[in-house]
Amino acid sequence: MTDFTEDMPEPLPVKQLPISRQFMRRIQNRWRQIVTVVPFLWLLVFFLAPFFIVAKISLAELAIASPPFTSLIEWTGDGIMTIRLVFDNFVYIWEDSLYFDTYVNSLKISVTSTFLCLLFGYPIAYAIVRSGPVAKPLLLFAIILPFWTSFLLRVYSWMGLLADQGTINNLLIALGIIDEPIRMLYTEFAVYIGIVYTYMPFMILPLYANMEKLDNSLNEAAADLGSRPTNTFFKITLPLTMPGIVAGSLLVFIPATGEYVIPDLLGGGNVQMIGRVLYNEFSRNSDWPVAAAVAIVLLIILVLPIMVFQHYQGKASEEQ
Amino acid sequence: MTVSTTVSAAPWLEQKEQQPLVQIRGVTKKYGEVTAVDNVDLDIYKGELFCLLGGSGCGKSTLLRMLAGFEDLNAGMITIDGVDMADVPAYERPTNMMFQSYALFPHMTVEKNVAFGLEQDHVPKFDLADRVHDILKLVELEDFKKRKPKQLSGGQRQRVALARALVKRPKLLLLDEPLAALDKKLRKQTQFELANIQDKVGVTFIVVTHDQEEAMTLSSRMAVMDAGRFKQIGTPTEIYEFPESRFVADFIGSANIFEGRVTEDGADHVRVETGFCEVFVDHGHSVKVGSRIWVALRPEKIRLEKSDEVAEGPNQTSAIIDDVGYLGETSIYKVRLPNDEVFDVTMPNQSRPTHATQRITWEDKVKISWDPSSAMLLHS
Repeated sequence: MTDFTEDMPEPLPVKQLPISRQFMRRIQNRWRQIVTVVPFLWLLVFFLAPFFIVAKISLAELAIASPPFTSLIEWTGDGIMTIRLVFDNFVYIWEDSLYFDTYVNSLKISVTSTFLCLLFGYPIAYAIVRSGPVAKPLLLFAIILPFWTSFLLRVYSWMGLLADQGTINNLLIALGIIDEPIRMLYTEFAVYIGIVYTYMPFMILPLYANMEKLDNSLNEAAADLGSRPTNTFFKITLPLTMPGIVAGSLLVFIPATGEYVIPDLLGGGNVQMIGRVLYNEFSRNSDWPVAAAVAIVLLIILVLPIMVFQHYQGKASEEQ
Repeated sequence: MTVSTTVSAAPWLEQKEQQPLVQIRGVTKKYGEVTAVDNVDLDIYKGELFCLLGGSGCGKSTLLRMLAGFEDLNAGMITIDGVDMADVPAYERPTNMMFQSYALFPHMTVEKNVAFGLEQDHVPKFDLADRVHDILKLVELEDFKKRKPKQLSGGQRQRVALARALVKRPKLLLLDEPLAALDKKLRKQTQFELANIQDKVGVTFIVVTHDQEEAMTLSSRMAVMDAGRFKQIGTPTEIYEFPESRFVADFIGSANIFEGRVTEDGADHVRVETGFCEVFVDHGHSVKVGSRIWVALRPEKIRLEKSDEVAEGPNQTSAIIDDVGYLGETSIYKVRLPNDEVFDVTMPNQSRPTHATQRITWEDKVKISWDPSSAMLLHS
């Protein structure tokens, strides 16, 4: 065997970076790691930890103490640790029809509100996308404008508008359209008004962002191939705006299900939503374990749509 | 696919007696103050591959979109196969369009994209599948029918767009910059493919393009557009060899354009006096003796040879090489004429320039000359 390596030219020396540059590189790499850790840390401290605390409380018993629940971990005399998980709170929620009915009612109201937001929000978003270069920023500004005013103030304004002696009834009576005031405040109708009004921007903005990306030549291509406008809407526009519909719907549905202020102020005692029940358990009854259990069940109900959302997001980003 | 055998080489001559497939009469389109298309008239005959050629903003795309039904006319009339299109919406026109961006439906597979148009016509299922299969075979995409547009290359997308537009067998296919999104090599190859497909299916094509080479390769006839008007309509050869105006002469290919004065106007020849020599043209032209006129000479039609003698006689002059550009297949020479005008002359590099002395180079004294048939007289 001949050794060829002797004939081979010396490999060129790998060019070394100066020490200072190497040091900078290392700091940059480390910095990149730190940056990716931040969101995880954030979720851990502000989401996961509180969740486990609430889960822990939901598995405890009510006690006359401060805080008003028993500890899960108990130490018996001879240094043995026992963990006591109490599922009574969940059983209680399941057996008392008040809670079940309230969940169903909350879901009914939030699903209906989401649908109404979509029904009105979709054409609004579409119109904004199609509006001219002058009108578009103004219209978008108008959508965001309500956020400059306090949420509570806006709900109180609706109380003033909807009350028996409120603006709307007074106006209708003055115009001679009705004789007696129509009861609107403290009804489910008022709650729908409040939720749809409050959450509409959360529907419109994701829809707008989605529609803005749509190429108008797709509509023209459909027409060119013989498709009438309504058919084009259902075959082309609607499927392509599905990611926006899903995003907007979840942004409305999830907070609306747990909504507390709107049903409390506009629905009064007549509209039971789970947010109100939770508040009552927590502050009036001081029953933290049941309140925590109510919150956990609500979370489980809401996790499902979030998973649907994630699924669609994955699919949408795969397609575009 | 129906294979038409009746496509002739020059439908605009042979069908002269018949009604043109497309009649454009006095069509005008304005956007506010801007006139995009300005009172144009055009006849396009069955089986033609007609190119609308022009720079950006010349109105060529607007005219195409008016044919498709996406834009209303401000004035004039468009008829397709004898039917006035004024009240016919885009979805009922016997035209299909291939979009510059292709406009493929991103949520549908190749197959579904192609089938979309047939579904709108309620074509029966078995027939639909056959037609989709045939057209995908024509554009060589059968193996890709289950893919989504984003899983295809640019060239494949272009072919899907073509298949989708062709599958409905339109009377008229409108193509908006069909090759602009492809890279140069693929574009050249596709130019010929497109012309072959047109030949096979026998559909009348109207192609909008800004690329003069594309227009020359593809079209049976073409119209050169500028500022919303047609500058000239004719076959590629007519447009290249007999431009009517400085704009067309300069837009298609390159040309050395200079001024002269007509000294003789015969039935079969014209003489023009210019600042450097007499130009003799061996065909008749309707010009007035004594009038000033523009003359154009294509760089490749000028002969160039080393010569120390002073050139005398028509169609030749002495000159000095100002600059040389080596382009590989050809070389371009900037030659300075006695009156200080500079001409471009191109010559093919037929042999490798080995001996530096043989080469024509800077400051060389040369003689340029051209055939009596080469000079082009321009009206404007």
